[in-house]
Amino acid sequence: MKSQWNDAPGGFHPASAPDFLPRAQLQALQLGRLQAIVARAYERVPHFRDRMIARGLGPTDVRSLADVARLPFTVKADLRDTYPFGLFASPMEEVVRLHASSGTTGKPIVVAYTEADVQVWTSVMVRSFVACGLHKGDVIQNAYGYGLFTGGLGAHYGAEGLGATVIPISGGNTERQLMVLQDFGVTAICCTPSYFVHLVEKAKEAGIGFGKLKVGVFGAEPWSEGMRERIEAETGIKAYDIYGLSEIIGPGVGIECQQQAGPHIFEDHFFPEIIDPVSGAPLPDGAEGELVLTTLSKQAMPMIRYRTRDITSIYAEPCGCGRTIRRIRRIGRRSDDMFIIRGVNVFPSQVETALLKVEGTLPHYQIVLTREKGLDSMEVQVEVTPEFFSDKIRALESLQHKLADAVEHVLGIRVKVTLVEPRTLARSEGKAKRVVDKRQI
Amino acid sequence: MKIRQLSLFLENRPGQLRVPFKVLGEAGIDVLTMSLADTQQFGILRLVVKDWERAKKVLEAAGSVVNITDVIALDVPDRPGGLAGVLESFDELGLGIEYMYAFAASRERGSHATLLVRLEDPDAAIRQLGSAGVKLVPADELFKRVGA
Repeated sequence: MKSQWNDAPGGFHPASAPDFLPRAQLQALQLGRLQAIVARAYERVPHFRDRMIARGLGPTDVRSLADVARLPFTVKADLRDTYPFGLFASPMEEVVRLHASSGTTGKPIVVAYTEADVQVWTSVMVRSFVACGLHKGDVIQNAYGYGLFTGGLGAHYGAEGLGATVIPISGGNTERQLMVLQDFGVTAICCTPSYFVHLVEKAKEAGIGFGKLKVGVFGAEPWSEGMRERIEAETGIKAYDIYGLSEIIGPGVGIECQQQAGPHIFEDHFFPEIIDPVSGAPLPDGAEGELVLTTLSKQAMPMIRYRTRDITSIYAEPCGCGRTIRRIRRIGRRSDDMFIIRGVNVFPSQVETALLKVEGTLPHYQIVLTREKGLDSMEVQVEVTPEFFSDKIRALESLQHKLADAVEHVLGIRVKVTLVEPRTLARSEGKAKRVVDKRQI
Repeated sequence: MKIRQLSLFLENRPGQLRVPFKVLGEAGIDVLTMSLADTQQFGILRLVVKDWERAKKVLEAAGSVVNITDVIALDVPDRPGGLAGVLESFDELGLGIEYMYAFAASRERGSHATLLVRLEDPDAAIRQLGSAGVKLVPADELFKRVGA
């Protein structure tokens, strides 16, 4: 799917036209799409219809964009409760792709795309790449994982849609990544920021440079300005923050432009609101709160007022790049206890489930997140109890391995498990503090 | 023949080792011998005291995780090759040693040294070693030797 546009390097790309719509025109477009999507969800998704009826609302009650605040929220639990296909608004024969992300209870969250949805996704990814200065002729190393995770295929089709050359290398295998980066004339890379920092370190150890690399498109986990500065200073590339989540579409909900001043949200497809995470009340531009997104065009699985749990604010001021679509402040934290480590969503309860599976362990545990040399790491500290304390070193070491294996089995990533003395873990008001995040974001 | 040994789980960080000794000292419990096994992340402190039950109680009250294990005490001729000879009996009997450490040397130099040995099945080992002529030391005698 090569681009039909023979766009000049760095020039305007027609796909990006909606980024520059006059606000009034954009809002008219948004309202029309919002009304249509609410009607679609009302007709086809019983879960949503029931909630609308409970509030005395019908699809025709959306008369202005402000009316969005009257609509019921959708939360992650709704996707779990209706697993796997309960929120679909299209019959399966119209669904061309399924993706899934990790959930809290072992069951993933399933998301669906019609052909039109995939096209929208591709278009917002094209616009994402354009926003950070990429174009036909760029060679993009896509080191996001390919598979059920939306990162790999989302970036892949976007890069192809742009007309760039895509290297679908997927995640992992650092040595091969570095070889390809050097030998294939790579100009841009897509991966998690922590993985890129890891690549930078390995490249330094091996005494190799970054060849033609000029742009990094980094997302799927929170990262800081400090990390950006470090990446840019050490490699000479420009590092851009891309925002997205599977429930909405995957990567490409928003991205930073070359001003690097917070991700622009592709508002013609994703309607952003900021709410008070406690009361649910809408907050004005500039105020910090939870980001809520409504998909304005998604056919297979419309998300109405989806609570992202991401804490941010909307920048009302126009951006120096000329885009009229608004920006959000870069995401630094989430309103619930889910955390993201190396691009994988982790809930403490998953760790608990894993620990419980190991015979003889009583799950007094704490998860400690640290960031060393830019790479996130997770340590599970498990309290030793008399029940499973053995006098033999190798029995304890074997227990440690079993625990690490069990956690790896559930999360898919290897983490450090440490045995600690009892009562060494902080307790607060009867509720154990499960996660200690020492990362400086 | 069996000696009750206390094992304590310790996190491998400064100051952790002092705590149990302080607790035992305050309770007036004399530590007769000890051994410390360590890994990168944690350590196991093994102690022999006369009144192990009281020691366990005070240590647990202070928050330690305590495990009670049986070890056996044996006398080894205090001369070059003495221990090798005893270990030969272990090998012949097919007895695997989990770990061992020194208890104390005898006051009469040149006679014997005493070791504490942890085996998978101490009762079976005591029977087998006894008939193989290895000199095992009962708990009472062991404590008497060090005046406990």
